[in-house]
Amino acid sequence: MNLKKIGEQLNIIEQCKKYKIPLWECPQFLFLLMGILIIVTAITAYLIGIHYLVDPLLVAFIVLLITAFLLIIAFSITRSFERLAEANRLKSEFISIVSHQLRTPLSNLNWVTELLMSGKLGNIEVNQLEYFKILKENTARMQSLVSDLLTVSRIETARLPLRKTVFSIEDLVRDLISKFEPFAKGSKVKINFEVKESLPRIFNDSNQLRQVIDNLLDNAIRYTRDNGEIEIKISKKAKNIYFEIKDNGVGIPKKDQKYIFQKFFRSENVLKYQTQGSGLGLYISKAIIERLGGKIGFKSQEGIGSTFWFTIPIE
Amino acid sequence: MGRPSGLLYQLNKNMKKILFIEDETALQKTFSDFLKGEDYEMIPALDGETGLKLAKSKKPDLILLDLILPKLHGFEVLKKLKENKETKDIPVIVLTNLEGMTDIDRAIELGATTYLVKANYTLEEVVDKIKKALGQ
Repeated sequence: MNLKKIGEQLNIIEQCKKYKIPLWECPQFLFLLMGILIIVTAITAYLIGIHYLVDPLLVAFIVLLITAFLLIIAFSITRSFERLAEANRLKSEFISIVSHQLRTPLSNLNWVTELLMSGKLGNIEVNQLEYFKILKENTARMQSLVSDLLTVSRIETARLPLRKTVFSIEDLVRDLISKFEPFAKGSKVKINFEVKESLPRIFNDSNQLRQVIDNLLDNAIRYTRDNGEIEIKISKKAKNIYFEIKDNGVGIPKKDQKYIFQKFFRSENVLKYQTQGSGLGLYISKAIIERLGGKIGFKSQEGIGSTFWFTIPIE
Repeated sequence: MGRPSGLLYQLNKNMKKILFIEDETALQKTFSDFLKGEDYEMIPALDGETGLKLAKSKKPDLILLDLILPKLHGFEVLKKLKENKETKDIPVIVLTNLEGMTDIDRAIELGATTYLVKANYTLEEVVDKIKKALGQ
């Protein structure tokens, strides 16, 4: 090991940055802290020793023994911490690499399908078009899954940067409702949207917020049966904007409610209605809302419906 | 009057040249087929070095640039294009699957006109962006 490498090993802050965790959870820093603690303990033991014991050799021996014992414990603890942190870093890196590799062939597939469907390479029969549509839909599904996985990996490695602008949440919601209109119509679900007061524009990351509302609206339509009704309300509450979306869908069983924001979790009862879905949407939504400085929650009753809400600071 | 055909069509001065620097042959083919009906001449380049060379010799009206490229990374290509006074005014659309904020910022800083994440755009939308960048 040359000098430069030793220097790198000693630069604790740099080492900790690699794991992307706070200083208090960083193995190298904890090891240093424990080292200091051991020295302090040794000195204290020595001071107590010479005060109460007569034989200086015995004092030295006891101090050495205590120090060695503490050192071994400290070493094994930080060692296992280090392994955990490394495993976590590798996992996030794995997700990111795999998803990037998946993206290239997926966008190729997507564009090739679009070219075939455009008719530029020759006319296509109606019954062929139906299969092209299936191809296109499935590619889109995979693309959105990959993009969710990438968002998850960004959340976990704390690389979810914010891009704040001033925007109107009301416009954002109206825009999303019109995007979901065909899906809602197809599912025979009616969307009501009401804003009682004039709302201030907010200063935050509109793209991230858009992803949250997109998820909530998609869930509400997806898990509501025929002739369903969705109600969206936005209001101002102190220094926050309060958003609420209520559906009369399948609801979430009591026993599943505490897991609902967990990654990859999908309630058993929704699997009966919808097999599609990655179980990432609500996990991502919660992470984003918290990152934007708000809170998210829900209440739900199986067979009656769910209400999801979140708050977001105006400034 | 229809579109001029044959040799005349090839020599049409108004036909815009697009240099497409992208290592995926599937995409090269898809793009050139999709643009066939339109008045564009596609010049394919499968790696960064070739792309840079063709940008200097062919003087395209627009460059579509991927970032992860063999031989020379897209950022390097972009940097060199903007350093050279013969190529610095050619609009460059970055077309990639990288969507990190730092990548986007870097490309814009280096002088890219637009930054498009492949997964978020349809072919039609990309062609619209090309038209816009060409002022059409």
